[in-house]
Amino acid sequence: MKRPGVMIGAVLGRLTKKPVTVLFPFEESPAEPGYRGQMNFDNDKCISCGMCAKDCPSFACVMEEIDGKKRPVFYLDRCMFCGQCEESCPKDAIEMTTKYDLAHLPGDEPIVK
Amino acid sequence: MNIVESLVYMLIFPGFLFLTSYAFFAQYIDRKLYARFQKRVGPPFIQPIADFIKLMSKEDVVPKAADKRMFTLAPIVGLAAVITAFMYIPIAWESSLLPSFEGDLIVVLYLLTIPTLALFLAGWTSGNPFGQVGSMRAITQMISYEIPFFMALLAPALIVGSWSFGNIVTDQMNGIWLIFLAPIAFIVAIITLQGKLERLPFDIPEAETEIVGGPLTEYSGRRLALFKAMLDIEMVVGASVITALFLGGPHLFIDFSGLPLAPYLPFIIGVIIFFVKVLAVILILTLIKSVVARYRIDQMVTLSYRWMVSLAVVQLVIIILAKYMGWL
Amino acid sequence: MAKLTIPIGPQHPALKEPEKFMITVEGETVVDADVRIGHMHRGLEKMFENRTYMQLIHATERICGICSFTHSTNFCQNVEYILGTDPPPRGLYLRTIMNEWERIHSHLLWLGIAGHEMGFDTLLMWSWDDREEILNLFEDITGNRVTHAYNTIGGVRRDISDAQIQRSLRVHDYLLERMDAYVHVALNEKTVLKRTQGVGILTTEDAKRLCAVGPRLRASNISYDVRKNDPYAAYDQIPWEVITCDTLDVHAQLVVRALEIIEAIKMCKYMLENLPAGDIRIKVPRKVPEGEAISRTEAPRGEDLHYLKSNGTDKPERLKVRAPTLANILNVAHVLKGANIADVPMIVAGIDPCMGCMDRVLIVDSEKETSRVWDREQLRKYSIDWYEKEAFR
Repeated sequence: MKRPGVMIGAVLGRLTKKPVTVLFPFEESPAEPGYRGQMNFDNDKCISCGMCAKDCPSFACVMEEIDGKKRPVFYLDRCMFCGQCEESCPKDAIEMTTKYDLAHLPGDEPIVK
Repeated sequence: MNIVESLVYMLIFPGFLFLTSYAFFAQYIDRKLYARFQKRVGPPFIQPIADFIKLMSKEDVVPKAADKRMFTLAPIVGLAAVITAFMYIPIAWESSLLPSFEGDLIVVLYLLTIPTLALFLAGWTSGNPFGQVGSMRAITQMISYEIPFFMALLAPALIVGSWSFGNIVTDQMNGIWLIFLAPIAFIVAIITLQGKLERLPFDIPEAETEIVGGPLTEYSGRRLALFKAMLDIEMVVGASVITALFLGGPHLFIDFSGLPLAPYLPFIIGVIIFFVKVLAVILILTLIKSVVARYRIDQMVTLSYRWMVSLAVVQLVIIILAKYMGWL
Repeated sequence: MAKLTIPIGPQHPALKEPEKFMITVEGETVVDADVRIGHMHRGLEKMFENRTYMQLIHATERICGICSFTHSTNFCQNVEYILGTDPPPRGLYLRTIMNEWERIHSHLLWLGIAGHEMGFDTLLMWSWDDREEILNLFEDITGNRVTHAYNTIGGVRRDISDAQIQRSLRVHDYLLERMDAYVHVALNEKTVLKRTQGVGILTTEDAKRLCAVGPRLRASNISYDVRKNDPYAAYDQIPWEVITCDTLDVHAQLVVRALEIIEAIKMCKYMLENLPAGDIRIKVPRKVPEGEAISRTEAPRGEDLHYLKSNGTDKPERLKVRAPTLANILNVAHVLKGANIADVPMIVAGIDPCMGCMDRVLIVDSEKETSRVWDREQLRKYSIDWYEKEAFR
């Protein structure tokens, strides 16, 4: 039947139920298991091939000299978490985790080495 | 009443101070319920007051194109009118404590049209095209809801045979709540009150997705805070009018007059009952607001004149017939 | 009554993205509408020429924030056409599933936006809550909620596990149930009907003349869908119907979109149940031989077209994007004339505008164009004059 207020029953039913929104910084809001967040870099597996830096679409991954070896450094403020470096790496040295809570104050940019 | 009593009555209870706090509380309830209906958490208890204080401390801009005097005057006049209107509403049954006189219903209804006129003038003189369109809509909407609203509130007055809030409430305390005698008028009054308060489905004058803020587009800072407070208080006053006329005011079928500390304790209990009823009316208003989409202005006019006016007329005819036949 | 010119945008609560509609009103009726686009130009196409194909998968995904997957599908298809490779069937199926999920989440988003435009905020909150289910699936299976980075040249990047398939099927059942409720609201809620029925009517002839695409076209009762008329990915292997509606107004678009969600859910259920086994991708070379290709996909908003020209290196020569909103904005300018002010947001929101994907060229308003048609000589003269003026300055 066409009438105003067809949602009235469903809406009243919400009074007894909990709200679905989460007050995020005060409550936990875990990511799904498949989520691509901050990456882990395994220094021992790296062979300094530079594929990750070559394929990075946002130039967040840069090859830098560390202890006399070329190693990728990930500047996470530029990173868009596409996971291309993880895929391009021939030795599986890069792995994406589900950590997404990367907000920070100015000058405190998270960097993964 | 002597001067001190009058001042207390106007400034503290149930005047300015109490009314403003209660309006903020009502706004909190309204927002919280609206949020819960929408699966949201809603604002914390302190939010309405925090909003008010924040707006009060903000920079106050008057646009060059606006008429400065009118721009400043409009919110103050509107706020004063709604607060004055509340003075005449019998929030408790000790009628000796209340300034009731024959015809105060008319006075309240007229005072309640002033906020809309203030909004109209505010939008019209603010020199903003959105404000002007909003003002035109506000005035069009006013002439379409006022008539059914007045006619719906005429029904209780006709049944009781008095133009006074005091008499109508006293009559309900001795007899039956008027919602049972005039249910159609109650429905019409609730729906047109929604139009009066410019809430969904009739928030046409300030439809934010169409004309930004309507008459309030250019307002900021203190004046906006006053306007927002005016709208909150108007909601409380409108709900109180309906409570007093249809829901028996402070009456709850129990006689509290035998309690100790009379007449103060029964008075306080009456006030509490009254404001709980006002909250119930606000719940109905919020429920309506959360389940409908916004009407267009032409549809609103059609709805008012075709349906609301005819329903109100039907109600009045039934009452007059019943009076004539001697059933009432 | 005096004419009043009201700017809708570039900053306006009804538009989530900066675009400008100058509307001239008499009282409450719009007598003239002028669309000015270009506020969101980001210079993407030039940027595409300086990125490798690997990087471009992720760059094309960011053309649009909502229909990201269809843009990357288009790009990958173009490269695959030039390379002459075909992704394996499982990869194609997964790509199709993601395309349909994107349609579900985009249409649910539109349902909420439409509700918001007509002041029905409860509909907005409820439909976005249900959209969250699809976004969670995306997050689990592709790795991100909106920019999935799931496509790659020659297939898709991640496989789907059996547990994930079971979970997806459960979510689809739940969404089917919820969609029944929304269709009930769309067909029965009086205030919604009042605001959408008879509003923004685009006749079948006008829709053809102004080249409308997507749900706007199907709401004008034209059965055209790239998925059916020019099937890509796995669309020719699964049973489904094109949804059309013959009432031509905004309500028709509401109905078309709601029914398309239901159709998409059914398609996804079929595909998940009949997922072929095997590889999800094939290895492709990094350099693409010289050639050019055009790929079309049916984005949630309509037909999306990419043109790619390669020059034998690992970077493209040219990548041209024609997003669906650009095709639809013309009919908005047409339909706005004669509408009520209150209906302007509904009409604009009706095509589900995505200004971010659209703004890469400037078009001249169709009304003005007729008075400013220049032949070649005039254009040449104008350019010479202009340059001389510049030179003498």
